[in-house]
Amino acid sequence: MNAFGIIGIYIAAAAGTLAIGLYLRWFDRKVTAMVQWRKGPPWYQPVADVLKLFYKETLMPATARGTGFLIAPAIGLAASALVAAMLWSAVLTPETGFVGDLIVVVYLLLIPPLMTILGASASGSPHAAIGASREMKLILSYELPFFLAMLVAVIRTDWTLQLGPIASAGVVPLYSISGVIAMIIAILAMQAKLGQVPFDTAEAECEIMSGVYVEYSGVPLAIIYLGRAMMLAVMPLLLITVFWGGLEPTGWGIPAFIGKYLLLVVLVTLIRNTNPRLRIDQIMRFFWFGVAPLGIAAVVLAYLGKAWAIKWL
Amino acid sequence: MALKNWALRKSLWVYHVNTGACNNCDIEVLELLTPKYDIERFGMILVGTPRHADVLAVTGACTRQAQPRLQEVYRQTPKPCVVMAIGSCAGAQGIFAESYHMGAGVDTAIKAVDPDAIIVYVPGCPPKPEAMIAAAVKAMELIKTL
Repeated sequence: MNAFGIIGIYIAAAAGTLAIGLYLRWFDRKVTAMVQWRKGPPWYQPVADVLKLFYKETLMPATARGTGFLIAPAIGLAASALVAAMLWSAVLTPETGFVGDLIVVVYLLLIPPLMTILGASASGSPHAAIGASREMKLILSYELPFFLAMLVAVIRTDWTLQLGPIASAGVVPLYSISGVIAMIIAILAMQAKLGQVPFDTAEAECEIMSGVYVEYSGVPLAIIYLGRAMMLAVMPLLLITVFWGGLEPTGWGIPAFIGKYLLLVVLVTLIRNTNPRLRIDQIMRFFWFGVAPLGIAAVVLAYLGKAWAIKWL
Repeated sequence: MALKNWALRKSLWVYHVNTGACNNCDIEVLELLTPKYDIERFGMILVGTPRHADVLAVTGACTRQAQPRLQEVYRQTPKPCVVMAIGSCAGAQGIFAESYHMGAGVDTAIKAVDPDAIIVYVPGCPPKPEAMIAAAVKAMELIKTL
């Protein structure tokens, strides 16, 4: 494949994921409204929000470091677009890709939160500084359980480190005890990665005024909005690819895939709507002493299941 | 331009500024989020910082202490934006008009920063949520003229 083909795939995947992500943002808000017995926003709401933000004035705080402040959201968006391109090509054409692209995806998924921290620190606002420190602790909390959950899927599919073969291995990691545990851990980590309640301490709009995003307005805020929409589309896709068999090229494959996708998004929304915000120390304790040991147990179970050739373990 | 007007009208984000209100108007502002009124139908949400806001929902009589802060919040709001003066106090300082601790009033304070500011008045003590929704609709119409 030549360079133009790769760039074409990148742009197509980015645009498609953006559209899906904006749709999912609306879906999320509509489900929230239904949970709260409200009517909710119309279907074009995220599009109107983004367009409006593009037309608004971009204010720069006097204390901000301009370059880092403005460029950080764009790098975060580009990183999530790259993840989207790799995941979609693994889902649609499982034979492409390279050994270890799962590791690359997991590392690229770290870039958007890191860029959030960078932008928040560059804004020079005390609220953003508190938010950035919380975001840092949040990353430290959820990354270890997230890696352990991915490791379970890798062990269950005979130490495959490539996304396409994991999705089409014939062994669906979810249909086993260790797989279910890993999926639960991955869903919790996804909730934290998306910065949704109960893990939204970094933006906490009523205590630190949107924390990491407090100084953003206009176009950079629109790019943050797009980046978050894209992450909302990418994370369920990663979970389905790794744990739930990806997209099967059969007649029922596509409806099943869409069903799984929406199920995961509804799960995120329902967790968001039925939980209060946790303090950052509670989150760290939860992930390190609650979820991480569970992840180690799941890895051990998966390894034993592999060693003794027990399919359901 | 049509697209810009459409986007601005369909997505008004509200930041709530209290400049010395008795909390009654604030409760009525929160009423807007409840299932009965649900302003998210019109794409309006409450945001946590003036940098994200398109509408400043100002309650209270604008005391001397609050006045410079209100002006600073207005400066921090990206333009174009609308100021909604909610309640009799925010409109004309209500029964506190000649008290010793009063600032200039919400509209005068905002006009001192930006003479072209769009200000929508919502009278009442406190105004009904329906009145605030009507004011928001009028604000949308005003934004069209920008």
